[in-house]
Amino acid sequence: MTEAAVKTKDEVTPQVSGAPKAADALEARLAALPLPKGGWSADARSEALARLRDMGLPGPRDEYWRFTDPRPFNAPEAKPLPIADGASPLFTSRDKLTLVFVDGVFDAAASDDLSLEGVEISTLKGTHDDADHWAKGLYGALETAGQKPAARPFAALNTAAAQDGLLIRVTGTPSKPIHVLHRRGSDDADVVWHHVIRVEEGAEATLLETGTVGARSNGVIEADLAKGARLHMIAAKRAADPKIGISHIFARVDEGAAIKSFVLSVNGNVMRNEAIIDMVGDDAVAHVAAAVLGDQNVGPFHHDDTVFITHGALRGESRQVFKKVLKNGATGVFQGKILVKPGAQKTDGYQISQALLLDERSQFLAKPELEIYADDVACSHGSTTGAIDEDALFYFRSRGIPRERAIVFLVLSFLADALEEVEDEGLRDEINERLDAWLTDRPQI
Amino acid sequence: MLKIDNLHVKLEEEDKQILKGLSLEVPAGQVHAIMGPNGSGKSTLSYVLSGRDGYEVTEGDASLDGESLLEMEPEERAAAGLFLAFQYPVEIPGVGNMTFLRTAVNAQRKARGEEELSSAEFLKIVREKAKELQISPEMLKRPVNMGFSGGEKKRNEILQMAMLEPRMCIMDETDSGLDVDAMRLVSEGVNALRSPDRSFLVITHYQRLLNHIQPDVVHIMSNGRIIKSGGPELALEVEENGYGDLLAEAD
Ligand SMILES: Nc1ncnc2c1ncn2[C@@H]1O[C@H](COP(=O)(O)OP(=O)(O)OP(=O)(O)O)[C@@H](O)[C@H]1O
Ligand SMILES: [Mg+2]
Repeated sequence: MTEAAVKTKDEVTPQVSGAPKAADALEARLAALPLPKGGWSADARSEALARLRDMGLPGPRDEYWRFTDPRPFNAPEAKPLPIADGASPLFTSRDKLTLVFVDGVFDAAASDDLSLEGVEISTLKGTHDDADHWAKGLYGALETAGQKPAARPFAALNTAAAQDGLLIRVTGTPSKPIHVLHRRGSDDADVVWHHVIRVEEGAEATLLETGTVGARSNGVIEADLAKGARLHMIAAKRAADPKIGISHIFARVDEGAAIKSFVLSVNGNVMRNEAIIDMVGDDAVAHVAAAVLGDQNVGPFHHDDTVFITHGALRGESRQVFKKVLKNGATGVFQGKILVKPGAQKTDGYQISQALLLDERSQFLAKPELEIYADDVACSHGSTTGAIDEDALFYFRSRGIPRERAIVFLVLSFLADALEEVEDEGLRDEINERLDAWLTDRPQI
Repeated sequence: MLKIDNLHVKLEEEDKQILKGLSLEVPAGQVHAIMGPNGSGKSTLSYVLSGRDGYEVTEGDASLDGESLLEMEPEERAAAGLFLAFQYPVEIPGVGNMTFLRTAVNAQRKARGEEELSSAEFLKIVREKAKELQISPEMLKRPVNMGFSGGEKKRNEILQMAMLEPRMCIMDETDSGLDVDAMRLVSEGVNALRSPDRSFLVITHYQRLLNHIQPDVVHIMSNGRIIKSGGPELALEVEENGYGDLLAEAD
């Protein structure tokens, strides 16, 4: 008997890169996916496939997957999950260009016309057979750059297999936000979507994303911001549907440009959202924030935010604000890193991750990291886990506000710092109302 | 109105008895003051009456208008007309003072089966009362008690009291931390609320407040009990001689 044979199957299989079983698992995963062939993205896709075969799928011992079990993402098939009834429109106060995706595929008939001044929009699937596309040099390029120092195999898989997505080139300041509305079609859709966004010099746009992508989803956004460009991204995941999903944002931020991303995530199943931001120009700004609420009475809940921000130039400002409210045994994860490269002087890096545990069974696992190679920087990070403040709760109740209502107030107050990252007050108010509704158990979400 | 009968209270977590057979009664329309050395259990009494967790009543009772308070939730006690102005008002980041007040007023109205106030009605009343207490519109907008000075927090407590119009007001050291002018403002606020069917229990260390808010009865509390009750002159006696003689007398 060889030494390996005495070990249990679990110990051997996933972690040995290149071992036959791990490779088999990857091939099984790929075989279940329709891999688009040809078209302008063909080279990027085949390179991504090669990258993926090189790195393999993550195993349970993978340091980067210490707190989150990768198996739901490794499995070849998506597990069917029920589709909740009813629409729950968000951001209704705003005039917007709505683009509908059903199981990750663009539905032109259900969408607004793609033309909007200051922006050029097309779709990955719709342009597949075009000989060339402006996104050609970008598709998969930022993802490739983001594979170091930590491998992100599901992002490579995404580039290889993406079925559809938006290709957005912002050249001015569109008069309204672009709104991606995801709808589910079948209960077992395994969706791979990929947006490429290029914001040209001095241009500015807002991207809203709502709805549920699919039973399982794998999303990538590659965002390239030229000098002085601004991109606001606000995603509000629908609470009613259970879901399994992984997403990556890869951003390159040039001189004086600013990217701001906020994610609202309510319930769901297993989610992992990664943000990999490379601040390449001086005076760049990057803010990433999330407000997460998970109640395990609604369904299993595991929510992981993994962030890697690289300061590679002077006077960069980055903020990470992650707040998670966890209930009935839910699990929250945060892995956040600020890397300050040599010479990135006057960097201002801030990171806070906090969990509010509404019971003793819930847990928060956090790994905040700073890695600094410049001497004149101001970086801070903090992580806390706490329960409802009993003094505050009593103060509310002594004024006649019932316990349940008081807890809603305290939860909203806990999340306020993350919501502050949504610059637009109207949108922020709508998110607050949605949260309030969810917390007071109004069923429409 | 408020009747406390042989109340014994210990801490839930520890074997520590804090109230040891406390009795007192505040009839409708009266103002009673409680004075007593640090640690004698005054704040504990106010917390137990308003329903804070962490205490266990081992004996005795406390009732409002003949109904026992002890089985009620804190919010039910508030709706029944009990109010506590905290010795240390709590700061609540992220919740606007105005939102807090309006939610409280309407929650109590709802609990009593009354109609809720519209925003316009509420705004009108709160602006008026805030002005009387010299609480600026800017302070009304800030999160509850955040960045308020000690004295501002106390005035904010009185604003809440004025808005909620409770029938039984307990004030725990509302005078500590107030400057001379604020003391006058707060006292005017309290005196404006005095009425034949509203009572006050005023906990204080200083006779000065009682010059502004004339008490009907002064109780001296020590070691979890009322050791002596009398007229306003009792407060003057404490002011002049301290608690020494009174404590010795009680022993
Ligand atoms: N949660 C607690 N844990 C431990 N001891 C407590 C607790 N609450 C009250 N005590 C103790 O009970 C006693 C009474 O406290 P309380 O705050 O009621 O006094 P007080 O009369 O209000 O004093 P002061 O005049 O200083 O405000 C004190 O000895 C205090 O230390
Ligand atoms: Mg006290």
